[in-house]
Amino acid sequence: MRVALFVTCLVDLFRPTIGFAAVKLLEEAGCTVEVPRAQTCCGQPAYNSGNRADAKALALQVLDAFAGFDYVVAPSGSCAGIIRQHYPELFADDPAILLRARELAARTWELVSFLVDVCGMLTVNVQWDRDVTYHDACSGLRELGVKFQPRRLLESVTGLGLRELPGAEVCCGFGGTFCIKYPEISDKMVSDKEADIVATGATAVLAGDLGCLLNIAGKLYRHGRRIEVRHVAEVLAGMTEEASPIGAPR
Amino acid sequence: MLATSRTFEANVRAGLADDNLQRALGLARTGFPLRRRLAIERLPEFEALRETGRSIKDHTLEHLDFYLEFYEGKVVASGGKVHWARTPQEACAAVLQICRSVGAKIVTKGKSMIAEEVGLNEFLEENGITAVETDLGEYIIQLRHEPPSHIIAPAIHLVKEQVAETFRAEHRSLDPTRSLVEPRQLCDEARAVLRPRFLAADVGITGANFLVAETGSSIIVTNEGNGDLTQTLPRVHIVMASLEKVVPTLEDAATLLRLLARSATGQEFSSYTTISTGPRRMGDLDGPEQYHVVLLDNGRSTLIGTEFQDMLRCIRCSACINHCPVYAAIGGHAYGWVYPGPMGAVLTPSLIGIDEAGHLPNASTFCGQCESVCPVKIPLPKMLRHWREREYAQKLSPPVYRGGLSLWAWVTRRPALYHILVEIASRALGWAGRGRGRFRTLPLATGWTAVRDMPSPEGRSFHSLWAERRKSGADK
Amino acid sequence: MSEARERILADIRSSLKRSRLDPEAEAELRARVTAHQRNLLPARATALNHADQVDLFVAMAEEVQATVTRVSSLAEVPEAVACYLAAENLPAELVMAPDPGLDIIPWGTRPLLRIRRGRAEADDRVSVTSCCAAIAETGTLMLVSAAQSPTTLNFLPDTHIVVVRGDQVVASYEDGWDRLRADGSTEALPRAINFITGPSRTADIEQQIELGAHGPRRLHIVLVEDGQATGNAENDE
Repeated sequence: MRVALFVTCLVDLFRPTIGFAAVKLLEEAGCTVEVPRAQTCCGQPAYNSGNRADAKALALQVLDAFAGFDYVVAPSGSCAGIIRQHYPELFADDPAILLRARELAARTWELVSFLVDVCGMLTVNVQWDRDVTYHDACSGLRELGVKFQPRRLLESVTGLGLRELPGAEVCCGFGGTFCIKYPEISDKMVSDKEADIVATGATAVLAGDLGCLLNIAGKLYRHGRRIEVRHVAEVLAGMTEEASPIGAPR
Repeated sequence: MLATSRTFEANVRAGLADDNLQRALGLARTGFPLRRRLAIERLPEFEALRETGRSIKDHTLEHLDFYLEFYEGKVVASGGKVHWARTPQEACAAVLQICRSVGAKIVTKGKSMIAEEVGLNEFLEENGITAVETDLGEYIIQLRHEPPSHIIAPAIHLVKEQVAETFRAEHRSLDPTRSLVEPRQLCDEARAVLRPRFLAADVGITGANFLVAETGSSIIVTNEGNGDLTQTLPRVHIVMASLEKVVPTLEDAATLLRLLARSATGQEFSSYTTISTGPRRMGDLDGPEQYHVVLLDNGRSTLIGTEFQDMLRCIRCSACINHCPVYAAIGGHAYGWVYPGPMGAVLTPSLIGIDEAGHLPNASTFCGQCESVCPVKIPLPKMLRHWREREYAQKLSPPVYRGGLSLWAWVTRRPALYHILVEIASRALGWAGRGRGRFRTLPLATGWTAVRDMPSPEGRSFHSLWAERRKSGADK
Repeated sequence: MSEARERILADIRSSLKRSRLDPEAEAELRARVTAHQRNLLPARATALNHADQVDLFVAMAEEVQATVTRVSSLAEVPEAVACYLAAENLPAELVMAPDPGLDIIPWGTRPLLRIRRGRAEADDRVSVTSCCAAIAETGTLMLVSAAQSPTTLNFLPDTHIVVVRGDQVVASYEDGWDRLRADGSTEALPRAINFITGPSRTADIEQQIELGAHGPRRLHIVLVEDGQATGNAENDE
C-alpha cells in the first residue's frame, strides 16, 4: 500500500520524531511511505477563523500534493479530521472539486486508527516500563472515532500499565487559536487536565495530537511535575530511547 | 434582559476569580454528565430517538406557518387566546394588557427563558405589578438581583452559604437565630415563604417546553411543582413561548419528552410534566378562568432558511451547557445574556447582534462535546464557525489575529518558502532551547508562556531530516 | 395583534422561500396530525406482559421515591390508607377527589378517617385521588383534570395518595394518550394532564436533591391488583 504521510505543521516544526515514528509504524505494517514535499498546512487555522478563502486555497494544495496515493495518514486527529470531515463541506458548491475532496476524505486517516482499522495491527513488539495515562484529543475522538485503537496497541506494550484518565475525553484547552485568544480560559482547562493527570499517579501521559501534548507538557513543566509527555506513536514505534520527552532537555 | 456580552473578557476574569462560583461549577461539572450517561445507558433506543427527534423538529420548521395556524385554531377552540408578538415590546405589552384587564397586582412566574429574553419582570414592576419568581433557583436570583446563569438551574453559580445569606437578608420577618445551613432548611424556608404568594396571585405566567398543534396545548416540564401551582391557582394563566416550540402531535411530544429529561438532568422523566389546554371547563372545581398564549418571534422567523436554522431544533435541555468545558471554567454569567454555553453562543448573536455578542462564538475550542450530546443533533460547532465566518467577512476580529493568520496562510501557500522558514525557525528555537528543552518565556507568545512553558523544537524540521535521510539512503 | 400575526406568518413563508401552502399540501399535513402516528417506542415496557408491566411500574415509581402499597382489592384500600397515614404520623384527615372510582371504595370500614370531597385548599395536608393511567415505562402517573378530579389535589397538599387499579397500568405515554382518545376527550383535551413521576423535588442548591420543593413531599401509591372498573365484583365477594 502506498501511503503518503501528512506530516502536520506542528510535527514539522516542533517534533520530527513523531513523523519518523509514524513512518516506522507504517513500514512495519507493510506500507511504503512517501512524504510529498508540497505539503504545508491542512488549513485549520484559516478554516476555524472563518476565513474560507484561505482554507480552500490550502485544501486545494493538499488535494494536489496528495493525489495518487492509496492512503494519506496523519499523526494527528485534528488534521486528518479536517480533511475527512470538512474538506467536502468547503467545496460543497463546487461539484468538480467536491468529487476530489470526497475521494481524498475517503482515503485519509489518523495514524493509530489507520494501523488498527485498516492494517489490522493488533500488537506492537515493544517494551516500555511505565504507568501511563492517555488523553483523548477531541478531533480524533469525536470526528474520527479514535478511542479504543491506541489503548489496544498500548496494552500490547510490555511493561506498560495503562491507567484510565478521569475526564480523558474533556478538552485540554488548546483549541488552536483559542489558547492565544482566551488564555485565561485555556489555562483553567489545562489546569483541570493537569490535576486529572496527576491524580492518576501515572508517570507518563500520551495522546495522539501534538497541539494537546505541547499544551499539557507546558503546564506540567511549569508546575515542576515529573511526568513524561509523549506522542503515542513514539511509544508504539519503540523510539522512547531516541528522543527525550516533550519539553525535556535533549 | 440587558446584555453584557460585550465585556466577555472582563466577565471571564471575574468568573475565574470567583471562588464560590468555581466551587459551585466543580459540583456541576461532573454531576450532570454522569447522570445523563447513566440514564442513556438504560435506554437502548436513545440514539434512534435522537434521529427521530431531529426529524420531527426539521419537519415542523419546514412547515412552521401551517403548524402555528393549526395550533392557534385549537387553542381558540378550547377556549384560549393566542397573542402574536414580533418583538419583546409587543410581548410585554400583551402581558400587561391581560394583567390590566383583570386588575392584577401580583403575578407568579414559573421559569420562562422567553420572559427573561423580553425583560418581563422589570417591565411589570415599572407598571406597578409585582412579579414573584417561584422556581427555587429563579426566586433566589430574583432576591439577589442577578440574571440566571443556566437555563434549567438558574442559581447553579451559588453555593449554599450564599443562598442562606440572601434568605437572611430578605426574609426579615423570620427568626434571625434560625439555622440555615443545609439545602433542606433552605428549601423548606422557600416553600413556606412562597406558598402564600402562590395563593395570592392574580395571574400566573409560565413558559412552555413544547406547544402541541394537534390539541392546542402547552407543555411544561418541571420538578418542583411551582409551574403547576402557578398555572392552576390564579384566575389567569399566561404561557410565554417562542414560535419554534410547536410540535405537530402528542406522539411527537412524547418522543421529545423522552429525550428531554434524560439529556437535562439524567432523570427518566421529570417529576411533573403537564399538558395544559385552555381554561377551566364547565364543572371544574379549580383551574384558571382564562388561558392566554403569547407567541414570540423576536428573530426566529429570520433564522429559518439560513445556515442557523438547525438551532431552532433546540429543546432547551442544557446538555450542551452541562458538557461544555468552557462553561465549566467560566460559568453562565460570563456569556452576558439569557442563554449561556454552546447554545447561547449560537443563539445570542442572532438575537442581540454579532457586534454585541462577538466573543461568544470565538470562545470555543470546537471540542465537539456539545454536538455529541445534543438530543436533536444540532451541529453547534458548525454554527459557531458560521458566526466566525460572518465576523471575518465584516472584519470584526482584532487586526493582530487577522494579520497573523493572513501571514500564516500566505507562507503556507508557498511550500518552498515555508520549508525554508520552518527549518530556520526550528534550528533557531531548537538552539535557544537546547539546554532546558523548553522556554519559560517566549516573545510573541506571552499569552502562552504566562501560564505554561513552551517545549522547544527538536532543532531540525521533519522535511529537512527526511530529505537528508532519503539522500543518504539513495547514496548507499 | 393580528397585524403581528400576519407579519410573522409572512416572514416565516418568505424565509422558507414560498407562499402559503396549497390546499393539497395542507390537507396532507392535516392528515398527518389527525393520524398522530406513534414514533419509536422503547421496548422496555412494551416487550413485557401485563403482570411484568405492573412490576416495572412499581419498581420505577419506587426508584423516584414514590412509595407503593399493593393490595388485592378495592376493599383493602381504606386500611392501606389509614395505615400509611399512621406510619407517617399524619392526621387521619384527607381531601378526596369527588370521583366515582373512589366513591365505590368502602371508606366506611375505617370510620376514623375524616374525608372531605372536593378540591384542595391551602391547609389540606393529605389528598387522595385516582388516576387515568399508570405508565410502566418510567413509573409515571397520568392524572387528568375534570369536575371529579380537581388538579389542586395533586399539588397543594404535602402528601398525595393515588389509588391505581392494575388494569390502569399501561406501557407508555402513547398508551395514555390513546386512553384519553378512547374516552372521546382529545377533541378537546382536559384542561390539565399531569404526568407525575415521584414527589416534588429540586436540586437547585448545590445539586443536592431535596424532596417537597413546592408540590407534595410524599407521593404514595395504593395499587389494587385486581381492581376492575365497576368494582362490583369485589363488593359481591
